[in-house]
Amino acid sequence: MTNEQIAQDLIAQFGEDNIFGIVENYGILNVTTTTDTIVPLMHYLYQHPTFKFQFLTDLGGIHFPDVPSHEFGVIYHLHSLENNVRLIIKLYVSRENIVVPTITGLYACANWMEREAFDFYGIIFSGHPKLERILNAEDMDYHPLRKEYPLEDATRQDKIDALFGR
Amino acid sequence: MSDRIIKTVDAPEGIEGQGFFAGKLDDFVGLARANSLWPLPFATSCCGIEFMATAGSHYDISRFGSERMSFSARQADILMVMGTISKKMGPVLKQVYLQMAEPRWVLSVGACASSGGIFDTYSVLQGIDRIIPVDVYVPGCPPRPEQILDGFMQIQEIAKSEQRRRRESPEYKALLASYGIE
Repeated sequence: MTNEQIAQDLIAQFGEDNIFGIVENYGILNVTTTTDTIVPLMHYLYQHPTFKFQFLTDLGGIHFPDVPSHEFGVIYHLHSLENNVRLIIKLYVSRENIVVPTITGLYACANWMEREAFDFYGIIFSGHPKLERILNAEDMDYHPLRKEYPLEDATRQDKIDALFGR
Repeated sequence: MSDRIIKTVDAPEGIEGQGFFAGKLDDFVGLARANSLWPLPFATSCCGIEFMATAGSHYDISRFGSERMSFSARQADILMVMGTISKKMGPVLKQVYLQMAEPRWVLSVGACASSGGIFDTYSVLQGIDRIIPVDVYVPGCPPRPEQILDGFMQIQEIAKSEQRRRRESPEYKALLASYGIE
């Protein structure tokens, strides 16, 4: 079972419209998919008789503000424990329609990871059982890892220009 | 044992005679308070490790009458905040402060507690004086135990000369009101 075989199998199953952007980084296969395909794709990989990608190691959000209509993304890291093979699945959504279906129906561990991605990027996971902030203060009124917000705290008073030679 | 040096605090100003000592009550209360401050260690990170060294036998904070760490806020006299306080932790810290009985003092140890330190970021409170009044700031990242002891001794000096009923003074009431504390 090679990365080439996995990629060919996924294209045969879901078509080139839904599985694209196939690259290999550091020996790990990367594929890009769509919001409509992600849930069936995850189920297919889970139930596949030889691949057996049954462990979601990570799920995270990402923000590329300069890519039109693909500003936000979600990245899934899967691990096939039996074959010791890893797989990265990406999907991108536009900032106007920032909705991604949840995969908590398959992986219970995705619950907190999706809440974290919502907390920091404002990605809406449709069907999530409890989509609330998980790490930041409840009364925070923005999603801090979006690149439209400054990383620094706006209320800081001691970092004046005279001290920093600006 | 003959070369052992034992130091005790000096008696306050007063009139001494055979079998009696007369002085101001405020001085006696200040003396007692300053030399038995019970600290509440609010330690969240590396400054807390320095505090543990301060409390250990080498630096020995019990020389100042403070070996009794009070993990109950009700019985604590001095709140020692050591480490980064995130914005989410802020209300917890304020509640601990509110639970302390008067008289109470606050020692802010290290750059993070005093100003946010290097954590100039959305999740970190930029100094605990945003939410509670602070008596003494100890700079450093983290400060050495000697510096923490120096800050502690400054609190002792404040405690010695503090009015016995500080909380009734209009200045103190105005200070607490500026933090939204009754």
